[in-house]
Amino acid sequence: MSNLLEVQNVSKHFGDFKALNNVSIEIPKGSIFGLLGPNGAGKTTLIRVVNQITMPDTGIISLDGEPLGQKHIMDIGYLPEERGLYKSMKVGEQALYLAQLKGLSKAEAKKRLKYWFERLEIGDWWNKKIQELSKGMAQKIQFVVTVLHEPKLLIFDEPFSGFDPINANLIKDEILRLRENGATVIFSTHRMESVEELCDDIALIHKSNKILDGKLADVKRQYKTNTYEIGIKCNDHNLLEKELASKFIVSKANFKTLDDDLKLNIKLQQDEKPNDLLSYLIRKGQLSHFVELIPSVNDIFIQAVKHNNLQNI
Amino acid sequence: MNHLPLIIKREYLTKVKNKSFIIMTFLSPLIFITFIAIVSYLTQLNKDKVRSIFVLDESGLLSSVFQNSENTSYSLIEGVTLNDAKIIAKEASGYGLLHIDTVFNGMQKNKNVTFYSEDSPSLAVISSLENRIQTELTLQNRIQQGIDVNKLAASKVNVEINQESFEGKKTSKVDNVVKLVFGGAAGYLLFMFIIIYGNMIMRSVIEEKTSRIIEVIISSVKPIQLMLGKIIGTSLAGITQFVIWVVLGALLITLASLFLGIDVAQMQTPQQQVVAQAMQSPEFNLQIQNIALAFYNLPLTNLIVAFILFFIGGYLLYSSFYAAIGAAVDNETDTQQFMLPIIMPLILAVYIGVFTVIEDPHGTVSTVFSFIPLTSPVVMLMRIPFGVPVWQQVISLLILLSSFTFTVWFAAKIYRVGILMYGKKPSYKELIKWIKY
Repeated sequence: MSNLLEVQNVSKHFGDFKALNNVSIEIPKGSIFGLLGPNGAGKTTLIRVVNQITMPDTGIISLDGEPLGQKHIMDIGYLPEERGLYKSMKVGEQALYLAQLKGLSKAEAKKRLKYWFERLEIGDWWNKKIQELSKGMAQKIQFVVTVLHEPKLLIFDEPFSGFDPINANLIKDEILRLRENGATVIFSTHRMESVEELCDDIALIHKSNKILDGKLADVKRQYKTNTYEIGIKCNDHNLLEKELASKFIVSKANFKTLDDDLKLNIKLQQDEKPNDLLSYLIRKGQLSHFVELIPSVNDIFIQAVKHNNLQNI
Repeated sequence: MNHLPLIIKREYLTKVKNKSFIIMTFLSPLIFITFIAIVSYLTQLNKDKVRSIFVLDESGLLSSVFQNSENTSYSLIEGVTLNDAKIIAKEASGYGLLHIDTVFNGMQKNKNVTFYSEDSPSLAVISSLENRIQTELTLQNRIQQGIDVNKLAASKVNVEINQESFEGKKTSKVDNVVKLVFGGAAGYLLFMFIIIYGNMIMRSVIEEKTSRIIEVIISSVKPIQLMLGKIIGTSLAGITQFVIWVVLGALLITLASLFLGIDVAQMQTPQQQVVAQAMQSPEFNLQIQNIALAFYNLPLTNLIVAFILFFIGGYLLYSSFYAAIGAAVDNETDTQQFMLPIIMPLILAVYIGVFTVIEDPHGTVSTVFSFIPLTSPVVMLMRIPFGVPVWQQVISLLILLSSFTFTVWFAAKIYRVGILMYGKKPSYKELIKWIKY
C-alpha cells in the first residue's frame, strides 16, 4: 500500500446544499498533501469527513488499507482552522486532558509534553491559563496537542495563521521533521507560497468538486505553456522584437534588470526546443536572462478555478 | 474508546474549581440566613408595637368585651359625640376608632358598627374585633332567650374520626399535610435543580463553542459522549453544591438560633404557618403522635426509590434539551426563544402539583399528567406520598425513560450539527432540518 488515505467517491449533502460531490483523493504515505480550494469549496467538510466528525452520505474512506473506523481516531491529529482552547484551564492540565482523549496514558502524555514544551521553549507555561497567553503562544500549545500522540496522519488547516515569521518557520520545520519521522500530512491553506515550499502532492476542490489533483511537479508540467522569459542587450529593440514576433508568439515581459534590456516572453510550439531558441538569441545580442516560466501554484489555482467557472456557465 | 469518565471528571473539576461556583456555594446559605434573620427581625419589630384602639360604645352592651391584650390596648371613651371621639382618636394618633351605635343589638348584620382609621386597618385587627363582638352578643342573646349557657356548653360534643385503611393501617388528618410537604419538597427540588444546573450545562456548551475548542474535542470523541459527559459532570457538581448548601444551611440555622436567640420556629413562610395553625389544637400531644404516625405511614422506601429514579430521569430529560439549546446558539442572549418551550411544561407541572394533586391526588388530571414525560417527574413525585399503585409508577417511568432516550437522540443530533455552526441564530425550522443531516 503506497497510499495512507484513500477517499473514494465521497458525497455529502446538507439539506439542499451539496458540500461534496463524488470526491476521490489519494494521499501517498509520507507525503505532504496540499488540499486547496476557494472559501466554501468543501475543504473543511472533506477534512471533517476524514476526521469522522461528519458522516458522508456515500463513499468509502480507508486509512492504511482499512476502512476508516472509531479506532483510527488515535491515528489522526487534527488542527482545525476554527481552533481554540479552554480559556480558564491551565495549559498543562488542558494538554494532558486533550492527550488523554487521544488515548495516551497520563504518564506518557506528561513525558511527551515535557519533551515538546522544552523543544518549543514553552516549558514555563505549564501553570498558566490560556487567557493569559498571547494568540501565538496559544497556537504553539495547540500545535503540540495536535502532534503529541504521534499520529500517522496529520491534518493542518491554516497552521501558520497567528504566528510571526520566526515561529511560522519553527512550525514549518517541525512539520517537515514529522514527515521525516514517517507521518503523512494533509495541509490546507490559502498561502500558496507555503504550498509551493512544502507540498509534494496537491488537490484542488472547487464548488464541491475536485477539479485537479496529482504530484505538484506533474500538475505544473501540465499547466506550463512552454514559455521562456528572456532579456537581451541589442542595438535596436524594435527591430529584434519584430523579428522575433514573426517567428514565435511573443509578449512583453516585466522583470528587473540592471541595464535597459529587451524583455520578452516567448512561447514555443510543441516541436520547438528551448536550445534552438537559445542558439538563435545568442546570435542576436548579449543574452542576460533566459528562464523557463513555470506556473506558480497561485497561477494554477486561479487558472483552474476560472476555467471551471467558465465551464459551469 | 470510552472517554466518558475522563470528560465527566474534567467537567466536574472545572465546575467545582470555578471561583464563582465556590463563592456561590459558600455565600448563598449565608445570604439566605441573613435574609431570613432580617425578615424575622422585622416581623418581631412589628409585633412589639402596641396598637391603641379607641372604642365609643353608645349601645352600652359591649363594655366588658374590650380587654387589653399583648399588642392591643383599648381605651373606652364615654359621653362624647362621634365627631369628638374621632378627633380624640386622631389627636392621640391611635390605630383607629371603633364606633358602636345606640340602636345596635346585633340583630342587624353589618350595620351600626364602624371602624374609623387613618389608614385602612389590617384584616387581622378587623376580624379579631368582629369575633369579640360576635361571641359576646351571641352569649347575651342566649341568656336573654332563656338558654342555659352552662348546659349548652356541657352538651357540646367533639368528634374525631379515626382513619384506618382496609389493610388496618392507622392514618390521620395530619397525614395529608405531611404527604403534601414531602411530595411538594421533592417536586420543587427537582424543579429548582433542573433550572439551575440545566442553565449551567447550557452555558458550558456555549463556552466550548465560543472558545472554538469544540472541533478539537469532537475529532477525538463522539458528540454524544461529550454531551452526556457534560450533563453528568455538571449534575455531580450540582449535587455537591446542594449537599454543601444543606449542611451549611442546617449548621448556620443552628448557630443563629443558639447565639442570636432568633426563634427558628417563628421564621416560617405563610404556607408553613397555615400548616402550623392546623396542628395547633388542644390535643397537641396527640397531634405530634399523629405526625409521627403519618411519617411512619409514608411509603418511605417507595418514595426514596421513586425520588431517585424520577429525579434522574426528569433531570436528564430536561438537561439534554438545555445542552441542545446551548449547541444551537452562539451566545446566551440568543437562548431566550428556545427557553420558553422548556420552562412552560416545568411550570405547568409545578402548578398541577400544587393545585390539582392537593385537591385530588388520584383524579384524572393528576393521573394523566403523571404519565406525560415532561411533567411526570414533578407530578408523580408529588403524588407518590398519597400512594400510587406500583404499576402506574413503572409505566410512567418506562414512558419517561423511552422519551429520555428519544430526547437524548434528538438533542445529540442538534448538538452535533449545532456545535459546528457559527454566526447565525437558527430558527425552529432549521433545527428540524439539522436532524436530517
